[in-house]
Amino acid sequence: MIESLELNTKSKDEDYNILNLGPTHPATHGVFQNILKMDGEIIHDATSTIGYIHRAFEKIAEHRPFYQITPLTDRLNYCSSPINNMGWHMTVEKLLGVETPKRVDYMRVIIMELARIADHLVCNAVIGVDTGALTGFTYMFQWREKIYDIYEQVCGARLTTNIGRIGGLERDFTPECIRLIREFLNDFPKYFDEFAGLLERNRIFMDRIINVGPISAERALNYGFTGPNLRAAGVDYDVRVMNPYSSYQDFDFAIPLGTQGDTYDRFMVRQHEIRESLKIITQALENLPEGKFFADVPDFFLPPKQEVYNNMEALIFHFKIIMGEATVPVGEVYHSVEGGNGELGFYMVSDGGRAPYRLHFRRPCFIAYQAYPEMIKGSMLSDAILTMSSMNIIAGELDA
Amino acid sequence: MVNIDNEYILTEITNQFGDKVYSSYEPYGLLTIEFDKNSIKDLLSFLYNHQELQMQFLTDVCGTHYPDVKGKEIGVIYHIHSLINNVRLRVKCYTPIENPSIDSATFLFSSANWQERETFDFYGVNFVGHPNLKRILNADEMDYFPMRKEYPLEDGTRTDKDDSYFGR
Repeated sequence: MIESLELNTKSKDEDYNILNLGPTHPATHGVFQNILKMDGEIIHDATSTIGYIHRAFEKIAEHRPFYQITPLTDRLNYCSSPINNMGWHMTVEKLLGVETPKRVDYMRVIIMELARIADHLVCNAVIGVDTGALTGFTYMFQWREKIYDIYEQVCGARLTTNIGRIGGLERDFTPECIRLIREFLNDFPKYFDEFAGLLERNRIFMDRIINVGPISAERALNYGFTGPNLRAAGVDYDVRVMNPYSSYQDFDFAIPLGTQGDTYDRFMVRQHEIRESLKIITQALENLPEGKFFADVPDFFLPPKQEVYNNMEALIFHFKIIMGEATVPVGEVYHSVEGGNGELGFYMVSDGGRAPYRLHFRRPCFIAYQAYPEMIKGSMLSDAILTMSSMNIIAGELDA
Repeated sequence: MVNIDNEYILTEITNQFGDKVYSSYEPYGLLTIEFDKNSIKDLLSFLYNHQELQMQFLTDVCGTHYPDVKGKEIGVIYHIHSLINNVRLRVKCYTPIENPSIDSATFLFSSANWQERETFDFYGVNFVGHPNLKRILNADEMDYFPMRKEYPLEDGTRTDKDDSYFGR
């Protein structure tokens, strides 16, 4: 950080100004620091400094039983924590070789797609805010709250959800929960169309964000982009389709693509993905299979509390799970899910102990954000802000 | 059109590199090879430029630490993905802890830049040829590599917490 500052001031051309954008700048929606070398209002060079909210999750995970790692994953991409939670559960299930019932898969898909909608809504609404259109933001946050109400019905929490368990979900969908989902599916599209009408073909908005922060497909792939950022550049890579997990192959949905990878394309890809997610939720809810909401893994799935007090086996399993004494196979596993902003991967090495020997999170933000200096070079300062918000960089995931 | 599966990938790599492939196995269906760390650049370019494989997407780079395996304590693990054929490959390279070093993958993948800095930050692996190898998540002044197994999770001088119930 200091070095690059010196480097810049030592340059022969003394007309450049050094601007410290962040780490706590109100326009960057999180703890991001960028040292910009400015030529008037044009960015000549940029250096990103990250790590301000590094919490050593990978180290902590090496000391926690498997079920206690779920709350850590909440705090990666906190705009869509259910996807992270489910991804972690599925990683452990893959290691254990657990087959989940179809009902669990479908319930997970519903929750994950709701989370994706919430994630994309926040991102797109914030792009609106950064261009000066605050209206859409205030309306869309109301719908994010409605999604949080659904989480609350499933798991009791709203933002950092810790939703689901290894092997299933903590409880079945209640009738109230189903009602809330149906209500959301029924009411949301109307309001979302209003939001779309406000921005999607708005001349001022389009002029403001088209050709802002573009990246070519080749560069995006080379930079390891995934998710909407990559699809905006025109590459149809979606983990849900390439390596289906949680029965995604049962659903019919499209992958929206952009062409030039600029802010407008990223915005539009997210807009369309919200619509596709609604389609998936509708299909999953209509075809929700009957059955159990958990797999048969008594070593990992907590028994109902009333049984713990009356039933010897349930008490034993309860004790084993809480004390982290369940046996785990030795092995290594990589599992990835399509997170809110890309391929969220979990690489876990297990030595048969109560905690992973090594757990590495492949965080899409962390990998994509290194392209940021290249994307904003030569653009205006205000465009840099827009580029960052359209890449949906979440500080918690960036720094893990 | 050849059928791209794990067997085919392994044959192609073995034909090209022979005994530089130390071992191979398939945990949970993902082909994993242990490879000579001095030739990692050649392997990555070979996979990148291969007509059929086209493994041009670097999914992940991370480190591991096995204190008990003498001479091969620090591991660097690459996950490579061929988006065309949708096959993944895991490459493991081990390096001694006294002087952990391996060639950087930044010559081929821009995405390797920060991931290698992260691995350096956590495990102290010296990526030879990296344009800007310095700490990324931790403070620059830090004088140890925190993800190595010898460093405890919490400050060892604390007496008010008993960590022995939680993990190793």
